[in-house]
Amino acid sequence: MRLNDIKTQLGYKALVMPNDQAGFTAAYTSDLLSDVMGNAPDDSVLITIQGHKNTVAVASLVGIQAIILCNKRSAPDDMQEAAIKEGVAIFSTTDDQFTASCKIGGLLGGR
Amino acid sequence: MYNQGMQTIPINTYNSPTVILELIYRLKVKDVMCSALITAGRDATLREIQGLMRHKSITGVPISEGKRLLGIVSMDDIIQALDRGYIEERAEQYMSSKLIVLEEDMPVSFAINYFDRYPFHRFPVLNKHKELVGMVTSRDISTRLLVEINREIDQIERESTYARTGESGDVQIRTFTVYKHDFENAGLASTEIKKRLKQDKRDPREIRRAAIASYELEINLVVHADGGVITAVFEDDAITITAKDTGPGIPSVDDALTEGFSTANEWIRSLGFGAGMGLPNVRRVSDEFSIASSMSEGTEVFSKILFKKITTDSKG
Repeated sequence: MRLNDIKTQLGYKALVMPNDQAGFTAAYTSDLLSDVMGNAPDDSVLITIQGHKNTVAVASLVGIQAIILCNKRSAPDDMQEAAIKEGVAIFSTTDDQFTASCKIGGLLGGR
Repeated sequence: MYNQGMQTIPINTYNSPTVILELIYRLKVKDVMCSALITAGRDATLREIQGLMRHKSITGVPISEGKRLLGIVSMDDIIQALDRGYIEERAEQYMSSKLIVLEEDMPVSFAINYFDRYPFHRFPVLNKHKELVGMVTSRDISTRLLVEINREIDQIERESTYARTGESGDVQIRTFTVYKHDFENAGLASTEIKKRLKQDKRDPREIRRAAIASYELEINLVVHADGGVITAVFEDDAITITAKDTGPGIPSVDDALTEGFSTANEWIRSLGFGAGMGLPNVRRVSDEFSIASSMSEGTEVFSKILFKKITTDSKG
C-alpha cells in the first residue's frame, strides 16, 4: 500500500506528506507512546489521537511511515515541522481509532 | 566606497564557524528588519523630519509615496540643512535618492556585507514588487544574531561529543543533557544515536533496540527526574547507553520494572507517556541491563546492546 492510498481511497486529509509513494505494510493502533515504541512494526502507519511533536519522534525512531490522527485531532505547527524534517506523513480524520483501524485493515487486505 | 574602518558587524562569510555561517545564510533580511516603519511624504519639510527624528528617536527617515521609496533623509542631512540654512525647505530636494537597497529574501550575510561595504547606517528593504517593507540597521542584525546564537549554543551544550581511544580500537562517547519536563526536545538524544548507528550501517533491528532503549531512558529523565545526562558509548561491537540523574530516586525499583506500574501524573499521561512500560521496554531490548537508585543520589540506568559482526567493512 502507498501512503497516497490513504488520501485517495479513504479521503483522509494529508497534513504532511513528504513522500506520497512511500509504502506501508502494517498498522498499529495505540495512544501510549511506550507501547508504540515497543510494539509497532516497521513500515507501519500509526493510528492514534496523540497529536503532538513527541509522536513524530517515536514514529521516526521505530520506522513508522505515517501518523493518522483520529477524532478530528489536528497537528500543531511544531509537530508538522518535525514531521517534515523526519520524513513522516501526518493524516487527520474524523473517524475514531476503531473505524480508522478497520479501514486501514481493509486497505491492507484484512491482514 | 569601501569602509576601511572597523567592521560594523564582526561576523563574516570567510572565517566564521559553520554554525554562524549556517545562521547568516538561513536568516533572511525580512527576519531581522524592522517593519514598523516611520516614513514621511514627499511634501514634508526637513524641519518636520527633524521633529519626527526627535520624537521617535530615529536617525533616518525614508521618504515614500504609497509603498514606493523615493529617498532617505538622514541625521547628517538635517545637520547640513541646519548648517546651511535650508531646514524649512522640502525634504525631497535634499534627500539621498541614489539608494542602496536590500531585498527581503536576501540572506542576512548580504546585509552584513553591505554594512561593511557602504558607509550607511541603515538600508531600506524592498519586496519582490519593489515596495518598501522595512528598514535594517546594524543593531537590528546584531540583536537578532545574538538571540539566534544563544539558541544555537544552548543546542550545542545539550549535546557534546568527544572521543577517546580505548584498548579495543576507537570508542566514541556522546553525552546529551536532558532537562526536566522538556518535552519539546525529548527524543533529540535518541534521534542522534539512531543517526549515528545508521551511518555505521548497523543491523536495523539492533538500531531499533538502541533507539527504544535510549528514547525510553530519555523520556524517563524528562518525566520523572530532575533532569540528567544520557551517555552513549559507541564501540565496534556494542553500544552502551547510560542515563544518570541527580534525583529524586525511585522508591521501589521492582515496582518500576513491573509492566503497567507508573507514577506519572495526569497531564503526562495525556501526552501518551506514563504507560508503565518504559523501564520494562529498556530491559527487554538490552543484552545487559542494570539499574541502581537511591533516594539520596538519584538513579543510574545502564543498557548495553551487542552488535553482531558486520560483514561490510565500514571501519577499515
